[in-house]
Amino acid sequence: MTNVEVRSIAKNYGSVPVLTDISTDFTQGSFTSLLGPSGSGKTTLLRIIAGFIIPDQGNVAIGGNDVTRMPVWARNIGMVFQSYALFPHMTVNENVAFGLARRGIKGEESRKQVERALELVRLPGFGDRKPKQLSGGQQQRVALARAIVTKPSVLLLDEPLSALDRRLRQEMQVELIRIQKESGLTTIFVTHDQEEALTLSDKVAILDRGRIVQIGAPTEVYERPKTRFAAEFLGDTNFLTGTVVAGGIRLANGSTVAVDAPLPATGSEATVAVRPEKIVIRDVARGGKDTDRSNRVSATISSSVYAGTALTYEAAFDGLSFKIFAQNSDARPHSVGDVVELTWSPLHTVPLEAAA
Amino acid sequence: MPLDPANSTQLREPGGSRKPLPPWASTAALLVPTYGWLTLAVFLPLCTMFAFSFLTATPMGKAPIVFTFKQYRAFIDQPYLLGVAWQSLLMGFWTTFFCAVLGFFAALALVRATEGKVRETLLILVLLPFWTNGLVRVFSWTMVLREGGFLDYAIHSVWPGAGSVGFLYTRQAVVVGLVHGYLPYMILTCYIALVTIDNTIVEAASSLGARWWTILWKILLPMAAPGLISGSVLIFVPVIGSFMEPRILGGRVGVTMGTVIEDQFTQAFNWPLGAALSFTMLAVVLGIFATFSGVLRRGTAL
Ligand SMILES: Nc1ncnc2c1ncn2[C@@H]1O[C@H](COP(=O)(O)OP(=O)(O)OP(=O)(O)O)[C@@H](O)[C@H]1O
Ligand SMILES: [Mg+2]
Repeated sequence: MTNVEVRSIAKNYGSVPVLTDISTDFTQGSFTSLLGPSGSGKTTLLRIIAGFIIPDQGNVAIGGNDVTRMPVWARNIGMVFQSYALFPHMTVNENVAFGLARRGIKGEESRKQVERALELVRLPGFGDRKPKQLSGGQQQRVALARAIVTKPSVLLLDEPLSALDRRLRQEMQVELIRIQKESGLTTIFVTHDQEEALTLSDKVAILDRGRIVQIGAPTEVYERPKTRFAAEFLGDTNFLTGTVVAGGIRLANGSTVAVDAPLPATGSEATVAVRPEKIVIRDVARGGKDTDRSNRVSATISSSVYAGTALTYEAAFDGLSFKIFAQNSDARPHSVGDVVELTWSPLHTVPLEAAA
Repeated sequence: MPLDPANSTQLREPGGSRKPLPPWASTAALLVPTYGWLTLAVFLPLCTMFAFSFLTATPMGKAPIVFTFKQYRAFIDQPYLLGVAWQSLLMGFWTTFFCAVLGFFAALALVRATEGKVRETLLILVLLPFWTNGLVRVFSWTMVLREGGFLDYAIHSVWPGAGSVGFLYTRQAVVVGLVHGYLPYMILTCYIALVTIDNTIVEAASSLGARWWTILWKILLPMAAPGLISGSVLIFVPVIGSFMEPRILGGRVGVTMGTVIEDQFTQAFNWPLGAALSFTMLAVVLGIFATFSGVLRRGTAL
């Protein structure tokens, strides 16, 4: 069931378009990440949904009601800010009770709900402290409790974890998923951390220069990127460009790469993407085990970076360079200069749409 | 040779003659010039005055000088002074009150409705009263407030039949003049308090369902309280002792502790009484602050 709906949203600052024709739905209870580089308009879209910014065009609907012209305070949203934005002159309890009081919930009922919310974010017993007396992670939990205690129609988070250090951040990611599932709130989460988006979300929307270039489940957007931008932004990718032939593309050097997906018309130019971890290196000299992967090229290892559990190789092939991620499971890592065979499946050869 | 740990540290620093100063020494070196000057400039005259307040007469003539407490009995010996003191406190209260209300909203408007160049210009305009001569400022009010003055003129140009509203030589006129003179302090202290409030705090409040009056009352006002308090302290104390505004704008009703004390120094040449009255008022003001600070601290501690 659709809970939040944005239709043909556009926003300009002066003559600069910041958002262009954004339309998408957010399903009831789903966790959606807005992912994109800095300046792509993530915050702007989130703030339009929240009501802090009025779009130049288009509509926002929450729970079936058009709220485009509704002020923020009337929208029943919950919002978590990167800077936490706790009220410094109030205790944790007072902070969390603030939204309840605005909805006329006071006294014993308010106290009970505040307590439950603080339990949900694992901060029971901290109610009488002032925000200053809490660590960054704890403050973020209070901000979360404050945002969800009112049972908002939608929970909006703008890079809530980016002020935390790596460890705490991973911990909070796990907590956030748990809390979101327990509360069942429709959640929209802004981030520019691709790993965070992939780990947390039911759906990832990739923004580029004010447009949603792709939206889908994490595996979908990662495994089947639609454009060069999406492929590049979500992790590393090898790009191969050639002419479309039956069942694949022919590269400039004459070798053919098989593609197991619909391709543009034969004869036209096309680019395919291959993730570095999908490529298997077969050591020709050492006679490594052959695989059934039907794409194969021979190449020369040109660099290798050792990182404990994994290795990153670069292999040169007719003026092209391949990036390959390999688990550190081979008897002996390949060294620079080794002539190897790179193999991968046509299933992992993803044709990309031509740039708009 | 036994290795002495103190020696071994020195060994690691071959050019060991430049030892850093101990922290207390550098702190003292930094503080002494300022605090030394403050002590000299503030406490020396204050102490002299305090000593004067226990004398029978100003120690400048030929009259014999004797130690006495009688100056501090002035409020008992001359009960009319109690009325004057009460009027002065009221005047201080109303001036501070109007400064607080106007100053808070002026600062709020500066912080939330202006930016960049406009804000800078407005801030400078706020400081204008500081740059004009106080006497000129106050006398200009007499031109406005007197019967047939600019105020009357302005009202009559809109509503010709209206009577005179000029209220020169009233306590209200004194408060108007004082508010004009001291408002910049309040605007500045409130501005400093408000400008540090992150906009996301206000946004967080409205995302939780707060409308503007709730944001004003529950967020901005309590968070700006330190500014309001320091502004009030800055204003209340000098207003109680002010004599120029009461004299010029108050006329016959403008008798305040400030004018009484000034008279002792300039007219009656009774410095000991003037000093004693000042210190009595200082004690009263400190008493008022002490009473309020407990209440305020509980209300605004961050
Ligand atoms: N008030 C404003 N006036 C003019 N331009 C603005 C304003 N706010 C945002 N922009 C511009 O709109 C674009 C999108 O900004 P937005 O804050 O939505 O980006 P973002 O995707 O959230 O980036 P980041 O990851 O850096 O937070 C940027 O190019 C920014 O410069
Ligand atoms: Mg942003």
